[in-house]
Amino acid sequence: MPTKLVVDCSTGVTTEVELTAEEIAQREADAQAAAQAKAEEEAAAAAKQAEKEAIAARLGLSAEELSTLLS
Amino acid sequence: MANTYTAIATVTVGSGGAANIEFTSIPATYTDLVVRLSARCSFAGITGNLAIEFNSSSASFSRRTARGNGSAASSTSGSDNYIGDIVGNDATGSTFSNNEIYISNYTGSGNKSYSIDLVTENNATEAWQYLVAGLWSNSAAITSIKLLPFSQSWTFNQYSTATLYGIKNS
Repeated sequence: MPTKLVVDCSTGVTTEVELTAEEIAQREADAQAAAQAKAEEEAAAAAKQAEKEAIAARLGLSAEELSTLLS
Repeated sequence: MANTYTAIATVTVGSGGAANIEFTSIPATYTDLVVRLSARCSFAGITGNLAIEFNSSSASFSRRTARGNGSAASSTSGSDNYIGDIVGNDATGSTFSNNEIYISNYTGSGNKSYSIDLVTENNATEAWQYLVAGLWSNSAAITSIKLLPFSQSWTFNQYSTATLYGIKNS
């Protein structure tokens, strides 16, 4: 069973606590949801990069030339 | 000299690892908070993604991130509580990340802004550095801070250490 470390700042005491079944389920659900959000973010970034490269290609520029132009 | 930078609490992960690290019952007697984190995780990659929660909430977060890894740089934004990376299991052994999380005016009645800078360590070509500007759109005073995985399932490795500091403006 995974555990978490909880530090009570009012006492300075650290306690190692087992995650509850609910916390584990939430952890897995959060991971799935966040993974999907991150994949969408990366897909958007990749689409933007592809769009840049397509424009560069129409202008007859290589990726290196485009990079130099934008740097 | 005024005592403006005070270590409130420190925690070090033991041999069993830890799914997350929480600071609770944070006193309201400071102006700002800082978390200094030296961490490594069990994720099978060069780095693992880290998230933060305030008062056990992962909602109402937004952020802008600038990052580079030695060969490329990029920026991203998101409505999430992702705060950058820590060292993962595939990085050079016994290396740890160095993360600083600065939280301004944590007891104020307005939204809470935070900034983060971090580097990961790796004796190879890929190592990361991040700058993150974030906002938690919530009027509640921050009384607890949790550090946990973002979009992944891993545990903090042994010897990972987090220290919470309180900053006073006088």
